[in-house]
Amino acid sequence: MKTWKVMLLVAALATIVVIAGTLIYLDYFARRRLRISTTTSLYDTGLLNEIEKQYEASHPVDLNIISAGTGIALQQAQSGDADIVLVHSPSQEQAFLLNGYGVCRRIIAYNFFTIVGPSTDPAKITGGNATEALKSIVAYGRNQTGQTKVWISRGDNSGTFSKEQSLWTAAGYNQTIISTESWYASTGSGMADTLNVADQKSAYTLSDLGTYLALSQGSTISLKSLISGGKSLLNVYSVMAVNPTKIANVSFNDAIDFIKWLVSDTGQQVIENYGKANYSQSLFYGAVQPLKNNTPQQVVQWMQSYAFINGTECPQQYRDDQPELYP
Amino acid sequence: MNEVVDGIVKALQLIFSGDPTFYGIVFRSLLFSGIAAIIAALWGTPIAMLLGLRDFRGKSIVKGLFNALIGMPTVALGLILFLAFSKAGPLGFLAILYTPAAIILGEAVLVTPLVVSIATTAIEAVDQEMTNLAKTLGASESQASIAVLREAMNGVVLSNIASFNRAIAELGVALLVGGNIAGLTDVLTTDVSMYTQRGDFRYAIALAIVLLVIVFGINLIMISARKVKILLTLGRMPQ
Repeated sequence: MKTWKVMLLVAALATIVVIAGTLIYLDYFARRRLRISTTTSLYDTGLLNEIEKQYEASHPVDLNIISAGTGIALQQAQSGDADIVLVHSPSQEQAFLLNGYGVCRRIIAYNFFTIVGPSTDPAKITGGNATEALKSIVAYGRNQTGQTKVWISRGDNSGTFSKEQSLWTAAGYNQTIISTESWYASTGSGMADTLNVADQKSAYTLSDLGTYLALSQGSTISLKSLISGGKSLLNVYSVMAVNPTKIANVSFNDAIDFIKWLVSDTGQQVIENYGKANYSQSLFYGAVQPLKNNTPQQVVQWMQSYAFINGTECPQQYRDDQPELYP
Repeated sequence: MNEVVDGIVKALQLIFSGDPTFYGIVFRSLLFSGIAAIIAALWGTPIAMLLGLRDFRGKSIVKGLFNALIGMPTVALGLILFLAFSKAGPLGFLAILYTPAAIILGEAVLVTPLVVSIATTAIEAVDQEMTNLAKTLGASESQASIAVLREAMNGVVLSNIASFNRAIAELGVALLVGGNIAGLTDVLTTDVSMYTQRGDFRYAIALAIVLLVIVFGINLIMISARKVKILLTLGRMPQ
């Protein structure tokens, strides 16, 4: 008889759990969801958490943020698993638009990549530009014996990795060949993870400034930012909606609303102010005002040559007749 | 070293602070794993009864298969389910990728072999005489089966506890089909991983402590339950 009591108790508990779960589930379906696939740097810095908080407070939409590298984010959008993408790899974005998957691209923010390394700077890269730095690192790495790692790469499909590849090319190396040398290591994971590995191994790596500051301020890592700024290290973040005529069942209207908010003064303020209190500098700079007013001219020129597609943020045929988005 | 101590102190403060984000994560973990364990029990127990009470061709192969699947790597299952649930995949029409439903279903699939194997062993351990006796006393086939299940109840309950334990401690499925969406599909394991990467050790340590308490606590219950069962069996012996 005792076992029956146990069974009844278990059944009763089970029923309560199931009902509670269902209630939560229903509540979750009551709000519309907007699935955002994004690069790890926007997420790991905490910026998107802040954006989510601000946006959800004023809109009846649940932002579901899925953090992955740019390549994976775009891939997810292509398979219909995202409504909107927030990424930072202009060449991959262009392909995404041209293949008809993305529409309504807007550049929303920029900052700079940085080459970070141990404070002792054994390869002596400080003071040079990115190209010279990579050359010094290769020379230093080839002098190492055994399995000493000197350069840690993301090695994934991320925007940061795509930037790294172009930097190697600019410095006169083939990344595919370089990556097989013993001093070069790939983590295949996110920015924060890669910075942690570089820190543990006292190695150099390429990072976006935001993630680096967030980790270094939390005294998680002791790496120093050795080279930053300049055209070759410019980092530009864009947003695109997934094309509803190409991919069925995406939340297009909510996606457009979200893009409008991001490029609005309110959204740009949130981006610009994020992290100022903690890091005494902005982690990201809004890109909308600079592009509109053409100041600072230097950065705008760099953005135009690096992140524009056919001389514009978004070519006419991919604007989906959204005049408010492109004043 | 100081950082570690500092992290643990802050983590303990967080655990008792009533922080809604923190409790939300713990709650979701318990909820998803709990429902997954119930679903696995709902479809796993009948399979176990079939395997434990009936004889049919290929029975040993089926049992061997369930035993082998206990060791299913969670990332492999996560990947398979991700491909299946993705919009472009065969189950894409369900539209459950990156929702709690995907985690619950995935974990239920993950723990099913565990439920089936443990429960089958428990049912087989019930003396064959029991069935025969019940039938001699005029019980029908199904009544006899229920009598056996009643006898094996301790083992069946243990199989459910074990499956809950595996579900709450796994990372691969929750991460790949849940997407670690804050406030929706992030659970203890996925958040420990994320906060560690971000260098936010306060949250990472606090969540890991809760996870350990749950998993070890449940193991303790299982061990003591086994002891009770042995005592009960011994107590019955003289009769």
